[in-house]
Amino acid sequence: MSAPLLPALLGRFRWDALPFVRAWENPNANELIAAGAGALVVAGALFMVVLITRLGRWRWLWTEWLTSLDHKKIGIMYIVIALVMLARALIEANLMRLQQAVAIGNPGLVAPEHFAELFSTHGSIMIFFMAMPFLTGLINYLVPLQIGARDVAYPLLNAIGLWLTAAGAGLMMAPLVIGRFSTGGWSGYPPFTEIGFNPGVGPDYWIWAITLGSIASTLAGINIAVTIYKMRCPGMTLMRMPLFAWTSLCTAILMIFAMPPLTVATALLALDRYLDFHFFTNALGGNMMHYANLFWMFGHPEVYIVILPAFGIYSEVVSTFSSKELYGYNSLVIATMAIAVLSFTVWLHHFFTMGQSPSLNAVFGIATMAIGVPTGVKIYNWIWTMFRGEVRFTTPMCYALAFMMTFVLGGLTGIILAFPPLDYIVHNTLFLVAHFHNMLISGTLYGLLAAYTFWFPKAFGFRLDERWGKISCACWVIGFYLAFMPLYVLGAAGMARRTPAVMETAYRPWLYAAEVGALVLFCGFVALLVQLWVSLRNRAATRVFAGDPWDGRALEWSIAAPPPEYNFARLPQVDQRHWFFDAKRKGAPYAPPARYEDIQMPKNSAVAPIIGIASTAAGFALVWHMWWLAILGVLAVVATVITRSFARDTHRLIPASAVERMERTWLDAVARARPIPREMETTPANAGLAEVHP
Amino acid sequence: MSERRDDPRREARGYVLGYAAALLLTSVAFALVRWPVLASTATYALVLALALIQIVVQFRCFLHIGLKRSTRDDLQLILFSSLIIALMVGGTLVILFNLRMRMM
Amino acid sequence: MTAGETKHPGLNLGSTDAQAHEAAGSALFGFWAFLMSDAVIFALLFATYGVMLPATAGGPTPASEYKIGPTFLETLVLLTSSLTYGLASIAMKHGAAQASIQTWLGLTLALGLLFLGLELHDFAGMIAHGATPMRSGFLSAFFALVPLHGLHVLAGSLWIVVMMAQLRIIGLDARVKINLLRLGLFWHFLDIIWIAIFSTVYLPGLIP
Repeated sequence: MSAPLLPALLGRFRWDALPFVRAWENPNANELIAAGAGALVVAGALFMVVLITRLGRWRWLWTEWLTSLDHKKIGIMYIVIALVMLARALIEANLMRLQQAVAIGNPGLVAPEHFAELFSTHGSIMIFFMAMPFLTGLINYLVPLQIGARDVAYPLLNAIGLWLTAAGAGLMMAPLVIGRFSTGGWSGYPPFTEIGFNPGVGPDYWIWAITLGSIASTLAGINIAVTIYKMRCPGMTLMRMPLFAWTSLCTAILMIFAMPPLTVATALLALDRYLDFHFFTNALGGNMMHYANLFWMFGHPEVYIVILPAFGIYSEVVSTFSSKELYGYNSLVIATMAIAVLSFTVWLHHFFTMGQSPSLNAVFGIATMAIGVPTGVKIYNWIWTMFRGEVRFTTPMCYALAFMMTFVLGGLTGIILAFPPLDYIVHNTLFLVAHFHNMLISGTLYGLLAAYTFWFPKAFGFRLDERWGKISCACWVIGFYLAFMPLYVLGAAGMARRTPAVMETAYRPWLYAAEVGALVLFCGFVALLVQLWVSLRNRAATRVFAGDPWDGRALEWSIAAPPPEYNFARLPQVDQRHWFFDAKRKGAPYAPPARYEDIQMPKNSAVAPIIGIASTAAGFALVWHMWWLAILGVLAVVATVITRSFARDTHRLIPASAVERMERTWLDAVARARPIPREMETTPANAGLAEVHP
Repeated sequence: MSERRDDPRREARGYVLGYAAALLLTSVAFALVRWPVLASTATYALVLALALIQIVVQFRCFLHIGLKRSTRDDLQLILFSSLIIALMVGGTLVILFNLRMRMM
Repeated sequence: MTAGETKHPGLNLGSTDAQAHEAAGSALFGFWAFLMSDAVIFALLFATYGVMLPATAGGPTPASEYKIGPTFLETLVLLTSSLTYGLASIAMKHGAAQASIQTWLGLTLALGLLFLGLELHDFAGMIAHGATPMRSGFLSAFFALVPLHGLHVLAGSLWIVVMMAQLRIIGLDARVKINLLRLGLFWHFLDIIWIAIFSTVYLPGLIP
């Protein structure tokens, strides 16, 4: 091969981009850890390939899942991506805590650059590829069921969003095996991420992974908003929607308006890096603080994008397991809307220390504190919902209770940070790290895990093991307090965040405690896996085919578990907020339709996987300057979209007879099931039919 | 009502009217800058005002934004977007010019 | 709801095609949401331009680079293309002959391409005497905002070509109609963005 051909083909790829080569040439702890992580990714991928081949499941995977446009399957695939990414981010968190615990007065295990990669990937993954896909998946799964729709407004767009998310996640995983990731943190501030200071591939990986994720979220937001606005079943007015649908709507609106600033920020940074523009450089008129401005214009609403759905989840969980109607539905809706709008007015508090005038800081400080008011309203609503209810301490309820305690604590430290003079003192210390973990672990992660436990029986037809669920919950709660309360102390004592090594021995006990906490959190994740395994083994005994294991209120509980592909054989016609709950009390919740009809559903489509693969290739090629592949990838996306626009045969009919057969099977099971009282809902007696107390 | 709206002549007239108004507004703004007669701040303000009027005209005549009840979802969306855009653009300019002033 | 009622902002199909008219309600609402998201992107680039305006770094300034004549001409071309697209939509809505829809679409396409040609000519002139985006923060901001609008026009032109092909191959079915409505919103939206560019970038840059 002639010399100039290789660089044209492979861009700036060199052999030492592989961590294995680096570890071979320079076998120290740092490189061995990197090579081990890379090997784990490769081995994991190989294992999956071999497993699927051995089971002969490729065709099934392709037709049943990867090309499916069913909103429920897309939702589940989103959550699978989120759980895989959660595993990686948790391992990284543990490695970081271990490093800080051992690197007191010495360099520790990993090199500073490697440590910087760790906190950059941990943050980027937890926000963009754990929290976002998890909640998008939940919304995808639940919202059409809750508003009585058969599908989302744009099924194909939905699948494209999933695949773009997967493409972004792929670009997050790639640097473990090829190249290195950014060292610029999850916010990627220039000028540190500019080409002059960071000429490697790291920031480019970050830029394209985030950009793909951001575009995917914008598409998801549009889809969810239109679904909720236009696809509600007859009688389902906005004020009759379950609260989770409301918070999903607000999250979707935030996605539509808050993702563009991120796209602009990363695109301008890319222009700086690739084409030598001067937006955020030090020289020639660049203004790096404008990046902070753009990034946090996204970053603050993002906080509410990930927290609002959890608020909806807690509302459903608390009401169901207190056997009581949600207290103050209207005030919760208004509070949600208020938070959504206010979230666009506070972004400056992320850079109080930038150097603008104190009066400007004061305005944003006050706006920040104002958000505490609607949030406080919500906490009171949940407390009043539990008041005099028959509270059952199931796993989701335990998460909800832990959330209420922990979130209020985090909110108090938030008020401290919202106060500019105090913020100046603890800004960029571990105090801040403790604060936002306090909000996001309790506010988002607990909510997602509660939802996972709460709706799992709906999605898969059997309940999760309660004992392992409680163990996992206990680990997440205890682990959180052990890991993050010490960080408040350390931050107040002045320990800067993102520090790979410290000289101050007085920090030692706190860092040790935090390390133990991180381990306990990891045990929480392991317990989740054990729970899944145990539940799978016992699934014959825990089936809830009748579909209503917890005496639920919203429409998703009125159908079989798992729901049929078409969701509702006949679109429900509701006349009040708790239509299904009320129908159970009146005695005829499962009336079959007078006549079954053919149902039209979208056909499978390979468009989304093709777009996903092409955009992964394009992103990867841009990172490595393989221009030919980048152009090819982009052209493939455009060509796929155009070709698809000519397709007309995109739907298939489920004949009325098939619908009738499936519905009959389910209705028979409902008729056979024994209604069980609420106190027995976690025993095998629960077949998914609730005993009704009028 | 619907009879009147669906007359093709009438609809075409709406577009032509919008086009004529847009041409006029653009030309006035152009002329104000090309052959300056006013002070520069006055010209600046006038150009911006003409642009705003033209945007409203185009929204009305080309994009058919109305105040009908049945399009309220869309109207809410557009008004909410305007609010967010005002917050973002206004906030950016205030914050970064404030910073700039303190840097000088 | 009767077909005659207004279902969404934009040209309504009304009673000319009741079925497509019903479907257009949610199809166009989603497209509006996309346009608004896109509008936020443009708004932020306008804000960026405002922030970077003083950052000429001793290089070319707006007054030295912008040319009022060609820009005014571009504005007229784009405005006219909005009118021709509007007439194409009306022809489509009222079941005019294919040839007439194709003619109006072709005219719009030609005007769009003419606009792009004029704009590229402007950029080439700027770059020829050293006003490249690499020169200063101000020029970076200019070249992020204005060419992004140009890219949108290019995408719109490609879309017109696709729609003309679909009209020929498939004819006027409900999906083609709805996509022509969407394209109309897109095209008129670009016109509005251009008015904002003309009135906040070019004209103020030339006020003495």
